[in-house]
Amino acid sequence: MKHNRSLIRNSGFQTFATSILCIILGLIVGYLALLIIHAEGAGEAIGDVMKNFFTRPDSASRMKYFGSTLAKTAPLIFCSLSVLFAYKVGLFNIGAAGQYCLGMGVALRLALESAINPEVKISWVVCLLCGVLAGGISGAICGLLKAFCNVNVVISGIMLNWISLYGTNMLLKPVMNPTGKDTFRLVSKAKQALLPTLGMDKLFNNQYVTIAIPCAVLVAVVIWILLEKTKLGYELKATGNNPNAAKYCGMKENRNIILTMVIAGGLAAMGGAMYYLSDFEQWNVNSSSVPAMGFNGIAAAFLGGLNPIGSIFSSYFITHITMGGGNVNLSHYCPQIADLISAVIIYLCGFVLFFKTMVNNSLRKSDERRIMRQRAAEEAANQEGGNS
Amino acid sequence: MENYAIEMLNITKRFPGIIANDNITLQLKKGEIHALLGENGAGKSTLMSVLFGLYQPEEGIIKKDGKVVRINDPNDANRLGIGMVHQHFKLVECFSVLDNIILGVEPTSSMGVLQKAAAREKVLALSEKYGLSVDPDAIISDITVGMQQRTEILKMLYRDNEILIFDEPTAVLTPREIEELMLIMQGLAKEGKSILFISHKLNEIMMVSNRCTVLRKGKYIGTVNIRETTKEELSRMMVGRDVEFVVPKDPANPTDVVLNVENMTVSSKVHRNNAVNNVSFQVRKGEIVCIAGIDGNGQTELVYGLTGLEPLKSGKVEFLGKDITKTSIRKRSLMGMSHIPEDRHKHGLVLDYSLENNMVLQRYFEKDFTSPIGFLKKDNIRKYAERLIDQYDVRSGQGPITPARAMSGGNQQKAIVAREIDKDPKLLIAVQPTRGLDVGAIEFIHKQIVAHRDAGNAVLLVSLELEEVMSLSDRILVMYEGEIVGELDPKTTTVEEMGLYMAGAKRQ
Repeated sequence: MKHNRSLIRNSGFQTFATSILCIILGLIVGYLALLIIHAEGAGEAIGDVMKNFFTRPDSASRMKYFGSTLAKTAPLIFCSLSVLFAYKVGLFNIGAAGQYCLGMGVALRLALESAINPEVKISWVVCLLCGVLAGGISGAICGLLKAFCNVNVVISGIMLNWISLYGTNMLLKPVMNPTGKDTFRLVSKAKQALLPTLGMDKLFNNQYVTIAIPCAVLVAVVIWILLEKTKLGYELKATGNNPNAAKYCGMKENRNIILTMVIAGGLAAMGGAMYYLSDFEQWNVNSSSVPAMGFNGIAAAFLGGLNPIGSIFSSYFITHITMGGGNVNLSHYCPQIADLISAVIIYLCGFVLFFKTMVNNSLRKSDERRIMRQRAAEEAANQEGGNS
Repeated sequence: MENYAIEMLNITKRFPGIIANDNITLQLKKGEIHALLGENGAGKSTLMSVLFGLYQPEEGIIKKDGKVVRINDPNDANRLGIGMVHQHFKLVECFSVLDNIILGVEPTSSMGVLQKAAAREKVLALSEKYGLSVDPDAIISDITVGMQQRTEILKMLYRDNEILIFDEPTAVLTPREIEELMLIMQGLAKEGKSILFISHKLNEIMMVSNRCTVLRKGKYIGTVNIRETTKEELSRMMVGRDVEFVVPKDPANPTDVVLNVENMTVSSKVHRNNAVNNVSFQVRKGEIVCIAGIDGNGQTELVYGLTGLEPLKSGKVEFLGKDITKTSIRKRSLMGMSHIPEDRHKHGLVLDYSLENNMVLQRYFEKDFTSPIGFLKKDNIRKYAERLIDQYDVRSGQGPITPARAMSGGNQQKAIVAREIDKDPKLLIAVQPTRGLDVGAIEFIHKQIVAHRDAGNAVLLVSLELEEVMSLSDRILVMYEGEIVGELDPKTTTVEEMGLYMAGAKRQ
């Protein structure tokens, strides 16, 4: 009993519990939406969304689609880490989408150089590092503008999203596959730039399962350690919470802001670069909007309770139901139904704080009642003692 | 049978782990000024929250004019004619005085159109009657803090409140404004209003109130007639022991120059004149130099310039013989400069950090607290924080892990003072170090400052409290409009003389 009490009072547990509550509520509301659109198929459809790869007939193909879900989770983890890292320092990195795009663009361009000049073969390591660097520089621009001109990072981030998008389109035009609008596949033109799979491709029977996945998890842990255990994390969070106090105690608050944005930009770019170096998707050089991944990163960061470890799970969950949406019977529903459900869940995440407050209030009341009962019992005992 | 305006009888209010009010009785007579005295955390705020229906007491009753009433929320309190001037005003900055006064009780025609003419008449009449001299059309952000407070008073009067509560009303006022407020309060009482005056400033309580109820650690200590008591007795009731108002200290024995300021000029962010204009002075080892002056005469900017928070426009600062005019804040701190900031929420604390993390704010990077590769040594931080908490009696709900935000203002201040003095600085710059503290804590901090001086260090004290200036300093520099207009010796000068310098009526 005592253990239960302390568990329910733990702030981390509360965040976890409320995230779960939000998910459940989101699923219920999503189910209601399905009911309204087409009542008969609703149960089956929500089941398909939840089950995702479990709907596949045999274990081999289940494994394969599980692998695909994981491959798509990795970039989302990077984007959510980017958002949450900046958020801990008081900055809202809506530019994650552009940084993701730019990281992908630079990495892919370098990788596919071999498609134009077959003798130039650039390894995946170089492609990845340059992509991350590009994202970092993009983040640094936001950081510099914030630090020296006090430009809100949301504004500069949105502007840079568009610049990054069209910059990437221009960058990748030369490596476009003439038969379509997409870039060449790495498998056919630049095998040396494919991310290593460490045998996981065999395990999952899926060539897209690469080191991107363990990398994402590892980076999440590193970010957690950085924020919670190190001097740098202490400084960055202090700057985010109270820039004046940070200045007062001699922290270099401008350096901290710029450094944060560089790291955040690098994280998002790493996600983009790794995802496209897995060859899972090709870039459409006529794209007129930044990939949604960066924005989904915001959702994943908040659903994960702004905890790097939490964002691993929230990213997986969001990818899981988004992929599951592809299984829904499309004769009654549109594929966006999964987006609708995840949108509802994210929307409900705004209630995390509300739920937390509610729980704490009721805990406080029960405490008060308990103390009063105790006191009454003591008084009664005292009176008996006095009478005898 | 006495005639009481409001009675709170045997009020008990418990929170998890503590009894905030334990069987407290407070009886406010009609037309009296009744002081409520107690240390930080003695239960004054809880008692007032009970009166306003924000909390329901577990035991006890509230009577209005002899009849038992039930107050479930602030609206009930309003209906019973209870009004309060909060320590932090509840005013809309961009509205006029009149608009703020009628806010919530706007007189409208049946069509819903505002009709301010009658309201203006009433406000003007009230202002005249009680000598408030407030301009109803002035915008709140343009008027002084004292005027803003009068607007709050008018708000209560406009609503025909009979019971007026002043929550530490003098904390934000200049000495002159305090005097005026005292007169206004006496005028209100004479007109039959009943006033509850919450304060821990004994002088003010002795000056205006008729009776005083004292609380200590949630318990009712007693109610005394002011005419039959003394400051010493009141403080003994409040703190539970004898308090020394003037910290005993030996004559100063100043030696080497620690801080040398030459022709310092700092530009102002608000107006075009310089906030600090061509100021030169020195602080030596073993002395406490005090900058006195009315708030807003350049003291804040002077300290910013000394600590490096703002760049100098011209002039030179030398610390321990080295020119530090362009040195970074961190370097100054490492050289041995400590700074107890004026605004503890703006500069002094990271409110979302735990108490222990705030305790190491100035030294988290030292090798005691950070390993060579940049990891924090949490155990050492915990131990260090526990030592400071113990040594400086910083009270909080959960000890070192309490979020700074959840602590009372007085304990937040104590935490900052502990952090800054424990650095053992060569120069301690203390700006309003006892702001918002009760006499017990003030005595403690004053003793720490004197001990720091006696250990051979320099102290620069910036204070708005004349009493603090007189009792603590070895030398007084008075600032007026950005300049030092006089250097006084606390042993030979008087408060009156200092007041003349502060008001700009006299200069050397």
